[in-house]
Amino acid sequence: MAQIKVPFGPQHPALKEPESFNLFLKGERIIDAEVKLGYNHRGIEKACESRNFTQSIYLIERICGICSHSHSTAFAQAVEEIAGLEVPPRALYIRTIIAELERIHSHLLWLGVAGHEVGFDTLFMYSWRDREAVMDILALITGNRINYGMNTIGGVRRDINSDQVRQVLESLKLLTERTEYYIQVATGESTLRARLSKVGRLPKETALRLGAVGPTARASAIPRDIRKDDPYAAYDKIDFKVITDDRADVFGRTVVRVYELLESYKMIRILIENLPEGALTVKAPRKIPAGEAISRYEAPRGENIHYVRTNGTEVPERVKVRAPTLANLASIREMARGGYLADFPIIIAAIDPCFSCADRMIRITGDRSGELWNWEQLRNYSINWYRRQGINFD
Amino acid sequence: MNGEKLASYLTQLPKVQNINVARERRVFAVIPVAELTETIQALKEYGMTNIGAITGLDLGDRFEVMYHLYNNDGVLLSLKVFIPREKPQIPTVTGVFPGVFMYERELIDLFGIMVEGIPHSRRYPLPEDWPEGEYPLRKDWKGLPNEKEVTVDGPN
Repeated sequence: MAQIKVPFGPQHPALKEPESFNLFLKGERIIDAEVKLGYNHRGIEKACESRNFTQSIYLIERICGICSHSHSTAFAQAVEEIAGLEVPPRALYIRTIIAELERIHSHLLWLGVAGHEVGFDTLFMYSWRDREAVMDILALITGNRINYGMNTIGGVRRDINSDQVRQVLESLKLLTERTEYYIQVATGESTLRARLSKVGRLPKETALRLGAVGPTARASAIPRDIRKDDPYAAYDKIDFKVITDDRADVFGRTVVRVYELLESYKMIRILIENLPEGALTVKAPRKIPAGEAISRYEAPRGENIHYVRTNGTEVPERVKVRAPTLANLASIREMARGGYLADFPIIIAAIDPCFSCADRMIRITGDRSGELWNWEQLRNYSINWYRRQGINFD
Repeated sequence: MNGEKLASYLTQLPKVQNINVARERRVFAVIPVAELTETIQALKEYGMTNIGAITGLDLGDRFEVMYHLYNNDGVLLSLKVFIPREKPQIPTVTGVFPGVFMYERELIDLFGIMVEGIPHSRRYPLPEDWPEGEYPLRKDWKGLPNEKEVTVDGPN
């Protein structure tokens, strides 16, 4: 049988963000896969070199719409280490609470996407409905559904009050109940089990050799979790389990994520009960002394590495970001080999590649009148805006 | 294996300099580029699990390349090599840790550092039609020659 090359992406119905694969097929079987990335490269590392630390933290937060807190925390930690700042305990606890809330919304989002990729849209609708509960808490505490803006160099920018605590605990009750149901669905529902089992196999040795991270590694029985291995923020103060699974397939990755949700609920309860009193920030100097630091952070998708070098000015000398998806990409090829073409979308989805997602309705009003614009007015506004820049659509 | 233990192992390896335990689980060291592959191979055998990231830096007259190796106890070792700007060349370490080819691709695209022996793959992260000789993370790079600056108010 002849080998066929099938290009997959960068624009493809099964991919949520641009990335491109060349799949080499024999019949329905994938023989090899070649990856091309970089469509979302925005030059953020370079841009940080011309912005001060406060500006950089906002830019860094916008690397990803889902793990925004992961990136800003990792960056802030590195700068704080160089500057020798002692972040107050209350700030560390609040950072950790937001981090776990972010993991919850990310994992619930993933569960929905995974359900959708295998044609189980009921699961998608259920989990995205429940995800709103955690999005509401995040909006309540931080003012934003994503890109929370909680971190600053030296601490956090907002406190959590007792009314918010009450609402968080209430939502956690609902989320725990729903997640227990998902665990039942994920482990008991025979069609889902049959669809995901033995798909996208990544044996432990292969995952180790290729440096897989996060739930992808943990579903291949590697107990790798930065929260345990190299604790940051308040993770050394709380007790939690690192969830692993030895199935080493997409089903295992699903099981790991749903059980991690339960761990996160437990952690947030402990953090809230023990939230220390005190200041939210220490004052950070505008000019950070020369030095270097590496910060590691367990984002929902796996380890996030930030390297920062400073030169004594108010602008970083170099900022390097290694997001978890890049570490897991080498594994995709192994997971795809020998599998069916129809399994490829769920194999990619199962490493939970990071897609920027911001779905918040904005009320757009006219310049001064405050009236709501209709589509035609909005369209005319944009045509005129471009015309003023010298671009004419007529 | 903690940072101190790793540091004392490093002293036994040939030509490892400037060993610095910055804190409990952070170690820095410098090696000549000729020793890179052997040192990384030795560290793998000693128990460093993988390379988590590779960072490039432009120091003006030379480049610095840093290999961030981690183990299962949370220790992160940053192994530095310095290479001259006129002949920026390093050997690939994919022979030891095959998963790092994307990190090495970044050095090629963003710094113009030649990585000898890197396995074939498509370029990353810059687009296929990116002009030759433009390396964005070099400090003297000020944007593409014909690029217009765009602000929120439109192009200048």
